[in-house]
Amino acid sequence: MEKSFLENLYRKMLTIRLAEECLIDPILKGEVKTPCHLYTGQEASAVGVCAALESGDQVFSNHRGHGHYLAKGGDLNRMLAEIYTKETGCSRGRGGSMHLMARDCNFMGSAPIISQTVAMAVGAALADSIKKNGQIAATFFGDGAAGEGIIYESLNFAALKCLPVIFVCENNLYSTHLHIRECRPGIPLYKIAEPFGIAAAQVGGNDILKVYEAAKIAAKHCRAGLGPYFIESLTYRMRGHVGPDDNIQGQHTDIRPQAEVDEWRAKDPVMRFEKYLLENKIFDKDELETVKQEITEKVKKAQEYAIDSPRPVVSDLQKHVFE
Amino acid sequence: MSSNRKLKFGLAINEALRQLMESDPAVFVIGQGVKSPWYVGNTCNGLIQEFGEERVIDTPISENAMSGVAAGSAMNGLKPVMNYPRLDFMFYALDAIINGAANWRYMAGGNSNVPAVFWGIINRGGEQAAQHSQAIQAIFAHAPGLKVVMPSGPYDAKGLLVSAVRDADPVVFLDDRWLYGLEEEVPEELYEVPIGKGKLLRNGSDATVVAISYLVPEALKAAEILAKEGIDIEVIDPRTIKPLDMPLILGSVKKTGRLVIAEGAWQSFGVSSEIACRVYTHVYTKVYTLKAPIEKVCLPDCPAPASRSLEAAYYPKAEQIVAAVKKTMSL
Repeated sequence: MEKSFLENLYRKMLTIRLAEECLIDPILKGEVKTPCHLYTGQEASAVGVCAALESGDQVFSNHRGHGHYLAKGGDLNRMLAEIYTKETGCSRGRGGSMHLMARDCNFMGSAPIISQTVAMAVGAALADSIKKNGQIAATFFGDGAAGEGIIYESLNFAALKCLPVIFVCENNLYSTHLHIRECRPGIPLYKIAEPFGIAAAQVGGNDILKVYEAAKIAAKHCRAGLGPYFIESLTYRMRGHVGPDDNIQGQHTDIRPQAEVDEWRAKDPVMRFEKYLLENKIFDKDELETVKQEITEKVKKAQEYAIDSPRPVVSDLQKHVFE
Repeated sequence: MSSNRKLKFGLAINEALRQLMESDPAVFVIGQGVKSPWYVGNTCNGLIQEFGEERVIDTPISENAMSGVAAGSAMNGLKPVMNYPRLDFMFYALDAIINGAANWRYMAGGNSNVPAVFWGIINRGGEQAAQHSQAIQAIFAHAPGLKVVMPSGPYDAKGLLVSAVRDADPVVFLDDRWLYGLEEEVPEELYEVPIGKGKLLRNGSDATVVAISYLVPEALKAAEILAKEGIDIEVIDPRTIKPLDMPLILGSVKKTGRLVIAEGAWQSFGVSSEIACRVYTHVYTKVYTLKAPIEKVCLPDCPAPASRSLEAAYYPKAEQIVAAVKKTMSL
């Protein structure tokens, strides 16, 4: 793989990480109120999958969508402006954190009603199939979404019509407050695709290159007209379900054992890729430092842009309900 | 028994659930987040420790199937209280609740019934936007076979939940997280607030305000503001959306001749419209006149916006009720 490609992966992951973490303080201070389901820790999933997609391919996302938006090429300024609920936001301040959209880069939208957008992605793939445009669709959802019937209905229809859609299940072990073992029988999640005859793979979701390789196979499969593909990306959200609270046991939200959180922190996808880049002498330390500074500065500027932007005006409240 | 013990809204529900489960082994709680320390406020505190996972069932995110599960268990002599920590997810449950539970008794010619409680929490504001803010009582009230209650304070929350659980038919119990901070005297024993009975909260002569759910405390605030200007309003909380306590509302409107309906839901095709229709029909047939057209204080026909600048204009408060009352008085 070319250095520029690897650099791009790293830049995207780091942008997501820093963009998420820049929100912690403003959330705690109430400057950011819209519920933010932070993507910290899952960056490799979004970036790895989106790197295997073409710009015309469409992506659908869920409540934990900031990373998906940025990975697909959504504008950072407009994302932060949306999270600050400003008129300059990608959804003009109407949608907030859970409704990021960027039609210009075929990021078709995110929504917190669990699994709702999965069927929409199948619909996008249906349109691709009817138009024979060679494009495919991808949909990100969590392990919790596998509780919803709509997932199975979507898998069935996609398989039945041989639609070019990649189902990306980001298994971060928790459905809001419940560990996956309290939500599902102990069968690997990717096996839900099996009864529908859908090709499926489980991948270490904190390894960007592994995710990318899996997604490349999936995209090729879809584009070759072989029907849908299912990827289970094993990952972990370093932050809690919503906001900066880490959901650590013994604290306010009292969910996750500290040891488990520590174990996954050691598998941090951004750190892991940094290590890879250094060990394989793709980058030296100085080069990485330069990239870091550049992205830190870019996120800072984007945040300033968001803060300085105006809020929607009340006279526009009912604008955008209809054409 | 202490008579002046106070409880907050969420803890009143918690006490109702605990006492119902203690007194009737058929009662159980099921829903997403019922074992969570934060998901459903403090409404389910301690229940799992006391009654175990068999009677406090935290579920996968499967609203459609879980609602059917609740209905099916209710056909078998159990008394499920099915919780939806966020009302917006009840759209997934509408089939089980409306096609299923609500129709069941009638479809069976009276030979079956579904005594389930479907308890949805309205959870809005805080820039949560369109899919995490909705109040859809009108959709439930529209369906024959469903009763719909919306308590506005801790006393009614406990008493209506008890009545809902004891009812022989499906009841949709809707509360609003904005009310969870309210505290008032709540009897320690189990008691019922009858379904279908409204409450007169304040006597007045100039106008009647019928307020629902979170707008009840706002209507009482509006009454204070108006009283300072010499305007005396009557405040009614129907408490039950369906069946509506029309005698209470009509008696008041006949006295004041003016009506403002305050409901934190979309203004068109809603509960407020139903109340207005019934009042107009009654007034016409009883041949007395209103002194002014009925005013509605509702949400605009617009999805909930994220931005706080728009939210402030979107959700009516006391100020809008004050303005509406004045409008009926041509002030």
